[in-house]
Amino acid sequence: MSGFARSLKIALGLAIIAALIIVPMNFNRYGLFILSQWAVMSIAAMGLNLTLGYAGQVSLAQGAFVGIGAYASAIMTTHGWPLPAAILVAIVLSFAIGWVLGYPALRVQHHYLAFVTLAFSTLAFLVFRNESWLTGGIYGISNIPRPHIFGFATNRPLPFYYVCLGSLAIVSLAVWWLIRSPWGRAFMALRENPLRAQSLGVDTRRYTLMAFAIGSALGGVAGALYAPLTQYIDPVPFNLSLSLDLLMMVIVGGAGFYFGPFLGAMIAVLLPEWLRFTDGYYLMLYAVAVMLLLIWSPTGILGILDRYLAERRTKAASALRAVAKSRLETAQ
Amino acid sequence: MSNLFDLLVAGLATGAIYALVAVGFTLLWQTSQTINFAQGEFVMLPAFLMLAAMHVGAPFWLAIILGILLSMILLGLAFKLLLVDPMMRHGVLPLAIATMALAIGIKESVKQFFSAEASPFPSIVPTGDVSILGHAVSLQSIGVLVVAILAVVGLTTLLNRTSLGHQMQAAAQNPTVARIIGVPVERMIMLTFLINAFLVALASLLITPIYLAKFSSGEVLGQAAFIAAIVGGFNQVRGAIAGGLLIGVLDNLAAAYVSTQYRAAVPMLFLIAVILFRPQGLLGRAEERTV
Repeated sequence: MSGFARSLKIALGLAIIAALIIVPMNFNRYGLFILSQWAVMSIAAMGLNLTLGYAGQVSLAQGAFVGIGAYASAIMTTHGWPLPAAILVAIVLSFAIGWVLGYPALRVQHHYLAFVTLAFSTLAFLVFRNESWLTGGIYGISNIPRPHIFGFATNRPLPFYYVCLGSLAIVSLAVWWLIRSPWGRAFMALRENPLRAQSLGVDTRRYTLMAFAIGSALGGVAGALYAPLTQYIDPVPFNLSLSLDLLMMVIVGGAGFYFGPFLGAMIAVLLPEWLRFTDGYYLMLYAVAVMLLLIWSPTGILGILDRYLAERRTKAASALRAVAKSRLETAQ
Repeated sequence: MSNLFDLLVAGLATGAIYALVAVGFTLLWQTSQTINFAQGEFVMLPAFLMLAAMHVGAPFWLAIILGILLSMILLGLAFKLLLVDPMMRHGVLPLAIATMALAIGIKESVKQFFSAEASPFPSIVPTGDVSILGHAVSLQSIGVLVVAILAVVGLTTLLNRTSLGHQMQAAAQNPTVARIIGVPVERMIMLTFLINAFLVALASLLITPIYLAKFSSGEVLGQAAFIAAIVGGFNQVRGAIAGGLLIGVLDNLAAAYVSTQYRAAVPMLFLIAVILFRPQGLLGRAEERTV
């Protein structure tokens, strides 16, 4: 059974990847922008999923890290630096700040932690808005260039979409590797039972900080791509509501599931677009949809799938047991 | 000096509003572990309910009564039955997220069905100044302060002096034991939701004449109330009151003495300091760790 299911899974994965590459080719400018935005937000949500879903640390600051990455990238690329260098700086910067933000997590948990990170989010927004010598204040930074990759200009929407998609692919592979490494297991041990993790020799202190730092660094990567995507940034997109949105993406998709952030970002970015035909009602419908989903399945969309699969497995197992039992009985 | 006095009075008046909102927040947390991220929107909505009643021709006093009643039905009863009850068994975080979605929903509904523009709102307190100790103090500030204090005193009297209040506290502190000694815990929890809805309607009535009725006005207020509740003590009504007054005064003083640009940062830094050094809040009692 597993061999067939495995090749089916691989085929499905390849089909989705192929569709992501081929289908957008005849999309218009706006469609490509939305899809690129999905890729960027998936990266940020993946970071938060590491912090929240795998390591169990609630953070309301992911939007701030997207902002930090975006400003780092905007400031550097408008001064003539190449985008990869800006991404590197965004990673290092977000990683370092995320590490420091992890310290409160060593002292306080749950909602307290949520509020510390919320406060950080607001502080970051104030800095973006008020330090106009660096960030352009409320006027923001415009004319952010898009990069040249191997000599190709990615100014047009389609090539830049591939830049976003490619980055998403790289990040996905890195995260895939990370959660299967001992680090990923340490994160999960931290989430499930910190005391037991500690007694098993997991350095909880270090891994808590690590979970924050790596998650934040991915937020920085997303931001570094967001700046050239929109080509103009101001403080408004990086206020608290982005952090809340990202949190919603992770929970709605399914916290702690590898594919959760992809789905969550899809719902948060695409669903409002699909609902746009309803005029001004789309955000209302979106809010209702999220509430209904959470009432139905608090573990998000993938939680539904997970339960369904688990149920099928138990049914299959009990059917097998029944067959074995009846055979045993006829044999007697 | 005169400036400081004015700032203190204005700060106490806004602080009293924060306290009202924060008290409801701590009530819900205590009885049902609900973190209501829509609490700010809960304050914004009743003003629009009252405005809507006035639009169809109700006089102001009737609109107030209707607004408070509708608020208790929608934000108390319906909120508990439709959202909190089905979500409660799923834990704190999914419910918190659901209330975030609710906040979006309320905000967008008001924007869509009412107006995206700010609307003026009549004041229950006459405008104008009175002279106190040689200072001109706005009647509105005093009115807000007085009504808020009355509400809070009324609430604490209810909680501490009446048998109903004792039952509510018992239900909040230890539902299992409360149930054993015959407290109708479910009814007490519902009562706290209704009280919260009443308090937000009152806060709405007091604050909207000053800041106008706007669909987005809940964000700032909700955040301030959360900070107040955390700073004062997440699990204490008196903590929420102290926190509210403190944040109100701090906010006003920060605007005057620190910088208008970073005024919002001062309560935040204060919040971080309190959480790091006294996570249970200034007046809160420590909650036992559950690992």
